[in-house]
Parts: sequence; structure tokens; C-alpha cells
Amino acid sequence: MKLTLKIWRQKNAAAEGKIVEYPIDGIEPDMSFLEMLDILNDELIVKGEDTVAFDHDCREGICGMCSLYINGEAHGPDRLVTTCQLHMRKFKDGDTIFIEPFRAKAFPVIKDLVVDRGAFDRIQQSGGFISVNTSGNTIDANTIPIPKHDADRAFDAATCIGCGACVASCKNSSAMLFVSAKVSQFALLPQGKVEAADRVLNMVAQMDAEGFGNCTNTGACEVECPKGISLENIARMNREYLSASLKG
Amino acid sequence: MAKSALLKSSIAKKVAMALSGLFLVLFLAQHFFINMTSVFSADTFNSISHFMGNNPLVQFVIQPILIVGVIFHFIMGFVLEFKNNSARPISYAKNNGAANSSWASRNMIVSGSVVLAFLLLHFYDFWVPEMVYKYVDVSPLNETRYFHELAEKFESPIRTGLYSLSFLLLSLHLWHGFNSSFQSVGFNNKYSKSLHTLGYAFAIVVPFGFIFIALFHHFNH
Repeated sequence: MKLTLKIWRQKNAAAEGKIVEYPIDGIEPDMSFLEMLDILNDELIVKGEDTVAFDHDCREGICGMCSLYINGEAHGPDRLVTTCQLHMRKFKDGDTIFIEPFRAKAFPVIKDLVVDRGAFDRIQQSGGFISVNTSGNTIDANTIPIPKHDADRAFDAATCIGCGACVASCKNSSAMLFVSAKVSQFALLPQGKVEAADRVLNMVAQMDAEGFGNCTNTGACEVECPKGISLENIARMNREYLSASLKG
Repeated sequence: MAKSALLKSSIAKKVAMALSGLFLVLFLAQHFFINMTSVFSADTFNSISHFMGNNPLVQFVIQPILIVGVIFHFIMGFVLEFKNNSARPISYAKNNGAANSSWASRNMIVSGSVVLAFLLLHFYDFWVPEMVYKYVDVSPLNETRYFHELAEKFESPIRTGLYSLSFLLLSLHLWHGFNSSFQSVGFNNKYSKSLHTLGYAFAIVVPFGFIFIALFHHFNH
């Protein structure tokens, strides 16, 4: 396949960036999108040019490290996959592909296609945990009876890999799908109920402090989420937040 | 977190938008049913309009609440739009919003602005003359004037066209807004599917009903 890549290049966080065009040839349909970028970078090294920086780690769709806004969609045109699991068979010979970083004030660009998603870490640190006694007398979680319906919902929420596609896809750069998944995975389980009120209040406060926009329920996040996290979680977070606020 | 942070929070703002929107939906429903009577019976329309226009509870309690609700919904809508836009200072060179969301959901500010412009025209057409009639000129009560005032306004093809266009945009606004309000207040459960059907039906029946009423009077005058 012969393609034209239009890639956002930016030297560092302070520099101004721009779209740069790269023609590329010899791309196989079975290559992953990141392998295609590896080939481009090999060519750039041979030419003595600066390689395109992009995030990646496991390349198995489970770590949440890869990102990229491809032809106007987070993780590209495929559904329920991360960029590393996107394959070139989704494109046609002769296509022009726009490759941009996830855009949000809360996700500043570090270099080229790499953004700082530390805002998600700080939101997690503000409440995305349970306090467990680890003195040696900890009760095994499996001994606590939990209705299957709740366990399944909690597990679904816990599959969020924190990649940030929800923020990138949302026209408001809202992080509510991510935060609501983290709130829900604990709120649905007995272990999470003890700190539920503090958790939701603190995580929402941190989310707002990071400069994310507000959710207007377009549903774009749910469609683009590689793990299919449901909007139902946002409704749950809203309920949890209102109830925690009113209880004081 | 301090309790005072509640009102500043993103979630409180979206809940406030949702509740004011749902309040306006209720208002719209009653306005629709009253206007629809004008198609079937001028006398019924006149007597209901006379009641609404002269009942102290409606005039001095419900009407001010409604006006505050309308103003709040619009101001909050613009404030949130501005804040949300500032959360992405650099736009995408290529963005495919249609791949993951409806036009109506992405353009609430567009449909809302058209509805706001329509409301200004509507106030100029009906509300201001009504206030002048009752409280400035202090004209005598006339229980039969309402139907003619309504029908007269729709003689103009331009006004009828503007009203119809505005209601098309209101339909799009409701298409997203009705169901979005329930999601915002945390209502997402096994009844949501039925509620969504009701929301979509409301978004079609009420605005297109208003268009029907405008066209009916235009062509029957």
C-alpha cells in the first residue's frame, strides 16, 4: 500500500507544532498501525531526520499507553481497539491519513504525538483506591458475597485502561467517562462503599481542577472507547456525586 | 472537599442545565396543548388564554419563574459552551465527529441560539403587546381577542416561515436535550430505553405540532 501521512510534528512542549506530510510505500495490510509508524521512523533515521515520537508499550491492547487521533477519531476508525491493535487493512491504497496527538488543555503535548496524561494519575491518586489493612489479617475478597450483576458491572468499569480516548473524542475534552469508570468499579463493590462519598467528591474535584471540560452527553466517548466503557457509569457517578454532596 | 465546592462543580452545572431544561420541556408541553386547541375551537382557545393571561398565580408566580428559568438555561448554556471550548485550545486538523455522535448532540449551542432568537421574536410578537395591553394601556378585559391575535400573526408568510424554521431547530435541540437531561441527573437504568422513545417522540410531535398550528392559521386565514 502507498499512503500519504499527515503527522503533527512538535519539537517540545514549548515549541509550535505543525502538520508535516510524509509519503510512505510498501505498507502491508496485515501490519499494525504502530508497525507502519516504525517503518516510517526507520526511513527517517536513514535520511538522518528526527523520528516521530509516539507512545506505545504492550502493543497488545491492554496497557492504555498508545494513543493517536487518526483521521479524526481516537485510536482510528476501528471499534473497541487501541491504536496498537488497529491494522492497516482498515485503510486503502492511496489513502491520506491524518495522525494527531490527543488534544486537550489537560493533556499537553510533550513531543510530536506524545501527550502528558499525568492528569489521569492525579485523579486516581485523589480517590481511585480502597484502604485495605495489609497487616496479614486481610480478608480474601473472594469470601465476600457479591451479586453477579454488581460484580459484572464493576468488572466492566474496571476494564478502563485510562488511555484518554474519551477525552480526545469528546468535543468538550471531558474526562467523565474515565472518572466515572474508576468511581463505579469501587462504588459497586462492598470494599469500595466505605470511602465512596470521599472518593467521588475528591475525584470530581481533581478532574475539574485539571481543566477538563464538562460532559454534554454526546456519547462520543462511549463509541470511541477501546474497552466499551458504558455511559451508564457517568449516570452512576452523577448520582454518587449528588448523594455524597447532599449528605455532606 | 468543602461543601461550597458543590455549586462550582462540573456535575452540579450539568444537573442545573438538565433540571432547567426539563422545566422548559414541561412549559413547552402545556403551551403546545393550549395552542392546539386553536385549531379545533376558537372559543376553547380564547377561554384558556383568558384564564392563563389573567390568573394571578400564572401571571405573578409561574410566569416570573418561567422567565428566570429561560434566562438561566440560556446563560448557563453559553457559559458551559465557552468553558468547554477552552478545554481544547488547539483544534484537530481533522475531526470526524459524525463517526461517534449525532449532529444534534454536537450543536446544542447552534440550535439553542436559534431558539433564543425565535424567543425574542416571539416575545416581540405576543408577550410585549400582551403586557402593554394589560399593564400599560390597562385596556378592558376582552375574552374573545386571543384567537384573532394569534391568527393575524400567521398571515405573514415570512413570520410563518421563521417560526417553522425555529421549530425545526427546537426539534433537534429536544432530540438530544430531552434524554440528555435524564442522563445528567443520573437516570440511566432499565427504563431508559422506553424513556428515550418518549423523548424522541416528544422532540418530533411537539415542534412539528407547533409548525402544523402555524401553517394551519396561515392557510386558513
